[in-house]
Amino acid sequence: MAIDAATVRKVARLARIREPEERLEPLAQELNTIISWIEQLEEVDTDGVEPMTSVVAVALPLRDDVVTEGGDTSRILSNAPKSADGFFIVPKVVE
Amino acid sequence: MSEKSKLIQGRTGPWEIVLGLEIHAQVASNSKLFSGAAVGFGAGPNEQVALVDAAMPGMLPVINRHCVEQAVRAGLGLNAQINLWSRFDRKNYFYPDLPQGYQISQFKDPIVGEGIVEVERDDGTTFIVGVERLHLEQDAGKSIHDLDPNFTYVDLNRAGTALMEIVSKPDMRSSDEAASYVKKIRTILRYLGACDGDMEKGNLRADVNVSVRRPGAELGTRCEIKNVNSYRYIQQAIEYEARRQIEILEDGGSIHQETRLFDPTKIETRSMRSKEEAHDYRYFPDPDLLPLVLDPAWVQSIKDSLPELPDPKRKRFESQYGLSHYDAGVLVADQARAAFYEQAAAGRDAKLVANWTVNNLLGRLAENGGDIENSPIPPEDIAGLVKLIEDGVISSKIAKEVFDHMWAGEGTPAQVVEKFGLVQITDTGAIEASIDKIMAANPDKVEAAKERPQALGWFVGQVMRDTGGKANPAAVNEILKAKLGL
Repeated sequence: MAIDAATVRKVARLARIREPEERLEPLAQELNTIISWIEQLEEVDTDGVEPMTSVVAVALPLRDDVVTEGGDTSRILSNAPKSADGFFIVPKVVE
Repeated sequence: MSEKSKLIQGRTGPWEIVLGLEIHAQVASNSKLFSGAAVGFGAGPNEQVALVDAAMPGMLPVINRHCVEQAVRAGLGLNAQINLWSRFDRKNYFYPDLPQGYQISQFKDPIVGEGIVEVERDDGTTFIVGVERLHLEQDAGKSIHDLDPNFTYVDLNRAGTALMEIVSKPDMRSSDEAASYVKKIRTILRYLGACDGDMEKGNLRADVNVSVRRPGAELGTRCEIKNVNSYRYIQQAIEYEARRQIEILEDGGSIHQETRLFDPTKIETRSMRSKEEAHDYRYFPDPDLLPLVLDPAWVQSIKDSLPELPDPKRKRFESQYGLSHYDAGVLVADQARAAFYEQAAAGRDAKLVANWTVNNLLGRLAENGGDIENSPIPPEDIAGLVKLIEDGVISSKIAKEVFDHMWAGEGTPAQVVEKFGLVQITDTGAIEASIDKIMAANPDKVEAAKERPQALGWFVGQVMRDTGGKANPAAVNEILKAKLGL
């Protein structure tokens, strides 16, 4: 599998990472190197092996349905570049 | 409904609509799926937000046991397979009301697998809809676009609230069937207490997948209409979208798979271009969460605690109370209605109670935009009314009058009858006097009735009028027959 500049552009956009046009080709090469290294792993026979979902063999802990947090609007908003009346304010998102 | 009548006639021949639904049902819980912030309607902006919901760095999600239990309950209620091993994935996309940059959802291994739902159409016939899966996921926050011309306001109170997404197979063929399916799912979830089903608040909403094809042909390309939150909108969106697709196909065009938005004011769907690129969700297992493993004994104990569900309840109402399929269906459509009915029917003529509950009480409530919980008449008064009819104290006709007084809050049936002097006349003397008077005034009708006994009805009507509807019809009939020598 080979990655070209167009794919890098798309992935960068999906991840909201801005990359200048001249960086796309070098990035594609770097990513291809990584992918070809990972492709070596495909030589290992994994037939009948379940994909690993966690490095620790324990089940998910569950918590009780009680309210323990909230009512802390000012703290929630404290890092927001812009806020008013309890809302986060962001550049207009037009649907 | 016959197969044929569901087809849509285009300019170039008939088309079939194929529909699949993704229903998003908010889990009825106190706190969110992965945080201890409160779930609820009406709090001030960002008052119900935990640090996890705001995606503060280093915060870890911990799952809510109650939400897991509700998903299992819903799965059991949908006759579906419960997966004892499931896990959570990240669905990646950027939007201001999704601070994590991903939604925690279940993609590859959902908690509930395939199930089956039997759905009633309005005409009483049934059809089967396959359930593909049910999974747990987080809801997003809310973006408000109309507070400021240059900015969007974001409230994260809803962010992280637990949703069950119920994905159907493409088993529906008309907008009516789609609406009936949503109604059935809503009824089941409300019975289970897993979701309150409040569509106005958006606690139950549907994404509708619409495609069209020639009857019997391969599936066409579908479009997904997002977030439709009423039965009527679902139907309108489907009708519009199917027509739109047929127009394109009949003009020789092709359908692009896309996400569309329903505009209820214009009654049309339109493309949501912003969602196009976001469709590449790059799912991967959420490393913050371990696999969700359910103990089979726990699942069994949930199964044992399920209430009687609408389908078995309807069958029981039909066999135990002798109700029609229709009446039983109306009564079990809502758990409170069914409970009201059973309370009223205890020890009474069950069919008569069903009549009064369905035709009079629910009918009157519907005219006023309410349902059984708004009833001004308690179940024991419906029982009391039916008992008065059973005992011959009032006729069915008078009972309607008594019912009106009960509706107006003027007392129990016995009090109303007493207060307004509505007791049925069973005194044969009074009835005889009335009959004699009418016979004397209408000798021609007397002769006619002797020739044609069917004409008796005219006399019965006259006597009822004369007595203000209070004469016992059985007694009137009997005395009339004797006097006319029939």
